[in-house]
Amino acid sequence: MSDVVERTLSALPGLLGQHDPGAGPGGAGGPGRVSASSRLGSLIRSITALTSKHEEEKLIQQELTSLKATVSAPSTTLRLMKECMVRLIYCEMLGYESSFGYIHAIKLAQQGNLLEKRVGYLAVSLFLHENHELLLLLVNTVVKDLQSTNLVEVCMALTVVSQIFPREMIPAVLPLIEDKLQHSKEIIRRKAVQALYKFYLIAPNQVQHIHDKFRKALCDRDAGVMAASLHIYLQMIKENSSGYKDLTGSFVTILKQVVGGKLSADFNYHSVPAPWLQIQLLRILGLLGKDDPRTSELMYDVLDESLRRAEINHNITYAILFECVQTIYTIHPKSELLEKAAKCIGKFVLSPKINLKYLGLKALTYVIQQDPNLALQHQMTIIECLDHPDPIIKRETLELLYRITNGQNVIVIVQKMLDYLKEGQEEYAIISLVGKIAELWFIQTMNAVFSVGGDVVHSDIPNNFLRLLAEGFDDEKEDHQLRVYAVQSYLALLEEEDKLYPQKFLQVMSWVLGEYFSLVTDVDPEVILTKLHSLLKKTFVTSETKAWIMAAVTKIASHTSCSKTVDEIIQELSSSLDTCLRQYAFELKHLCEDKALMKSLLPFDASCSDLVVDASLSFLDGFVAEGLAHGAAPYKPHHQRQEEKLSQEKALNFEPYGLSFASSVSSSGVTGRQSPTGLSFGSDISGNSAETGHKETNTLKLEGVRKLWGKEGYLPKKENKTGKENEPQAVPCGSLLAGQVGEAPALRPEQGASLSEEDKEKQQLASTLFIGLGASAGVSLMGKADTATQKFKRKSKITETHAASNFDPLLDTVPDNVEDSEGSVHTGLRKGSPSSSDTVEDNLAFETPQSLRKSVLDDRISANRLSQSSLFADSNIEIFQPSSSAQCESASETPLVPSLPEELEELPHSEVVGLCQSDALALHLCKVWTDDSLLLIVFVSNKTTAALHAVNLVFEETEHFQILESATSHFPVIEAQSVEHCQKCVRMNKVCTQAILPASVSYQSEMETCLEFSVTLSLMDFIRPMEMTTEDFGKLWLSLSNDVKQNIKMSPCQDSLSAALDTLQQKLKLHRVDVIGNEGILACQLLPSVPCLLHCRTHSGMLALWFRSPCAALPDGLLYQCQKVMEES
Amino acid sequence: MIKFFLMVNKQGQTRLSRYYEHVEINKRTVLEAEVIKNCLSRSKDECSFVEYKDFKLVYRQYAALFIVVGIDQTENEMAVYELIHNFVEVLDKYFSRVSELDVSFSVSEIHLLSLFGVCSSSYCLHSTDCHSSQCRCSPILHLESCSIWTECTSFWMKWC
Repeated sequence: MSDVVERTLSALPGLLGQHDPGAGPGGAGGPGRVSASSRLGSLIRSITALTSKHEEEKLIQQELTSLKATVSAPSTTLRLMKECMVRLIYCEMLGYESSFGYIHAIKLAQQGNLLEKRVGYLAVSLFLHENHELLLLLVNTVVKDLQSTNLVEVCMALTVVSQIFPREMIPAVLPLIEDKLQHSKEIIRRKAVQALYKFYLIAPNQVQHIHDKFRKALCDRDAGVMAASLHIYLQMIKENSSGYKDLTGSFVTILKQVVGGKLSADFNYHSVPAPWLQIQLLRILGLLGKDDPRTSELMYDVLDESLRRAEINHNITYAILFECVQTIYTIHPKSELLEKAAKCIGKFVLSPKINLKYLGLKALTYVIQQDPNLALQHQMTIIECLDHPDPIIKRETLELLYRITNGQNVIVIVQKMLDYLKEGQEEYAIISLVGKIAELWFIQTMNAVFSVGGDVVHSDIPNNFLRLLAEGFDDEKEDHQLRVYAVQSYLALLEEEDKLYPQKFLQVMSWVLGEYFSLVTDVDPEVILTKLHSLLKKTFVTSETKAWIMAAVTKIASHTSCSKTVDEIIQELSSSLDTCLRQYAFELKHLCEDKALMKSLLPFDASCSDLVVDASLSFLDGFVAEGLAHGAAPYKPHHQRQEEKLSQEKALNFEPYGLSFASSVSSSGVTGRQSPTGLSFGSDISGNSAETGHKETNTLKLEGVRKLWGKEGYLPKKENKTGKENEPQAVPCGSLLAGQVGEAPALRPEQGASLSEEDKEKQQLASTLFIGLGASAGVSLMGKADTATQKFKRKSKITETHAASNFDPLLDTVPDNVEDSEGSVHTGLRKGSPSSSDTVEDNLAFETPQSLRKSVLDDRISANRLSQSSLFADSNIEIFQPSSSAQCESASETPLVPSLPEELEELPHSEVVGLCQSDALALHLCKVWTDDSLLLIVFVSNKTTAALHAVNLVFEETEHFQILESATSHFPVIEAQSVEHCQKCVRMNKVCTQAILPASVSYQSEMETCLEFSVTLSLMDFIRPMEMTTEDFGKLWLSLSNDVKQNIKMSPCQDSLSAALDTLQQKLKLHRVDVIGNEGILACQLLPSVPCLLHCRTHSGMLALWFRSPCAALPDGLLYQCQKVMEES
Repeated sequence: MIKFFLMVNKQGQTRLSRYYEHVEINKRTVLEAEVIKNCLSRSKDECSFVEYKDFKLVYRQYAALFIVVGIDQTENEMAVYELIHNFVEVLDKYFSRVSELDVSFSVSEIHLLSLFGVCSSSYCLHSTDCHSSQCRCSPILHLESCSIWTECTSFWMKWC
């Protein structure tokens, strides 16, 4: 490689000779040394000599002023400009903005010679950020340099692109960079891959079509190119590990070669071969092998080898070992490896080197979740680390303890954490630790937490705390004691008149006092009221907290006959300046007049009972009807009003049209008085806001309203949360009372007299910390192993049918092989699918929605062959288990041929393909593309001779898809040898070109069995043509903001525009709106009603596509599909 | 993910800074001051990884110069720790015994090194003797074309 560069350089001797500024002749020593006499040198010197910040500022401002004059002077040469840029970089580094120079940096990159260009690019990459508007000006320069014949220029351009590039301009350089992947020089290929990695990070959709090329890069003969491609793979596998399982073999092979020292010695760092590359590969393997026994199997050997090889004592090998251990504990476990990894961790933890100890603790923290026994082995070390002088080590240890907390050691661990909390001053540390303690939770502790943590405590914590208290645990008696204890402790805290408490703590106190005051019999409610009253008068109490206090007062008032304090409060607050408090006071006053109502409104301890909220506000029907009868206008939802307002303003419409489609659907559903539920929820806020309360005085004063909102009206948000979050609480509280009394002495075992005092103490601490881990851990470990084997057994039944697995460890054959196996899946499906070749003709006629069909039916017959194959490419059904071979065989066996019900047979639909099957049943799927939705028809056929019971089909909702109505289907009985079917209507919520919809079916035969399968849905399943006139198209076009442009090459056989449009129309279900000269416009919509417009233009063998849509991701997705179909045809 | 790369001396003067995530200029100075305060307060026998806000600092001291790298929770601290050393080895080779003065006087050179992705051992330099060349940019290009280098370059790139 170096010869290439040398040749390039030797081509430029004159150039380089001329421009050698700064470097004093030989005086500077090293090759890169800037002469101390240069302008930068003197600037740096004078700054270093200064003593105060003020002086520095003055000097830099002076410098900036002179620089500003220099760079904007027209006589400034590029050479001088280059020197100025370096000084600007320095000033900006010291924190002084020099934005006036940005544009000149871009100019320098554009106009300078090699050296100047380099500094220009450097300055740009340091000054600008991704979204800076000036960055757009760089694009032309980059494009020019990418096309340059000078390698160095190409290199620079690629480097800059991989550092910083505007997202929206990617299409402009993408084809150029793609070409560079085939460049003969490694360095260019490598940089091109790095640039594509950058693109993948900022706009993954735009590089989707070059995934195959990434595979080529992975197999590149140059290790550097391969290493660069690993970054892309790590990222992609992080997002979707299931899509790259077939590459596991390749990664393993690469790692084997690296570990085995097959790379050139140049890659060694302190005689360790390519350490960072190893780390990268280990991470990838960890992601691939997670929860996947079969894939994990492939990597056991190489992991073992890595562990063995990394035995040199050097930091970098520790780094590799750490990564290795993490991978071993992430993938499907193998006891032999686990043992070795554990030994390795032991070595780390016991090391006297502090950095290594830290690494060991970190590894232990990760590992301990799988195997708590390891903590027992190292308990003495952990205790030592707990008292380590280095707070970082201490904190890491606490993190570890946090993971092993159980019912028996919670007190001690929380105590340790609190000790640390009292020492630590840093805000972030407090927040994270408080979060942990809150989970471990204990009232006394909580009080301390709230006092220390104060208002930086995250608001979830008091909420969770109150929820725990209210919902309680299984033991009724314990709950009672807990609550009494809470009330007592808070009363004691409030005893100190002038103490300042954080607001959140006060809120918690007032809620608890209001809710549970009556549990404490020996305290007069009047006393509590007086305390709350005095709090209300305090100035440091915020009005939010006052609202909480008022809620408590109201609750208490409902249970006392009559109270002087309550009257006083009412009187005082009725004239309060705070409208909210005033309202509370009025409500309280009204309620006090009717004690019976108050009692029923505020029942004791009902915070957990569900509220019945009439969301449709039906009790207001009468009122609304009356209003309508008197000629009032019917209610219009907010968006409709806005729309009307907009349509009245003729001038400019900033609303995207896509929105109006959506709203017109929903607004037609809203006729007159029935308000949608979403809106009526909005009005529970109105209970608090005096403004709206004012407007609707008549209705809101109705007693019925208050009743429905209940006392929760006071705490609407809080209570809602309580109701909704029903997550099971795994918080141990067994030792709660013990903690109250003091640390349970019984927990401390007798120690041998021979131990020194200190050791004894440590032993004791250890026994309290690690109690409960030993025995129960043994059990849980057994349990875990058990489930693992069970899982394995169950799966092995299926995997047995995999006669030959598809993995091929050989590097160079990877791409071909993959295509091969995909191909076999397709053919397998086709053979196995019930609609055999003679029905293909029929199916084809229906495979696009009807609206499109009528226009293209004539062309269709000629295009049959093509569209057939494209259909398969688009909607191939992915099968996880059983494998394709099993599928193929069994599908041909199956006697049950599901067919579509008649009413669906009319609609365009896919072939019926097998999804998965077991001994007892088989699942088939057919996609039906109706005009307004995608229907998935799932056929469940019973293959056995006995009836199957309780068959349940469940689709999981993913971020991409939404199942309308219910995601489950239930068949109580499926008779022997019969077929049942169900249909699901699916929507795409988040645009993606293709994604998996996971699902499972469970049934009862001899035992409960569950089969998992998945359906692959592509964007095209959700795209429908959209009919519109050219005029409408024009209007809509102007209103849409997201656009994507791309040029694609047309193959010679379809070089005319009409041929290209035909392809798009047939395969992508786009509606052809109009064709004018060499331009054509097409429209389609993503269901339910997101439009996407396409403008095509041909010129010199290229097809320029221009998409616009209100949805940002949609054009990207469609572009990808277009590229695909154009390439295919 | 690496968030930033800093070279600061004991007096708290920034010698070199590079941010891989955009941070506003006025916030940079505050951040740098806090970071160096954090590192200076630690003794030699304490560990080289510090938790700071929601990320971690990995630092290494060379005479009066601190090199601090800010990373997020997913990164392997030890690998980054060694990366720093690697970088210094390269500088050492490039400047033939690097000193703090070199660093401060050659801001742009070092930036170029890090921009073009130097972060590997000096071993790569065996094959190409940079001192023999008259041209100032040739060492960088030579470095770039060395194969070892490409490995670390791409590792570095991940953070850019």
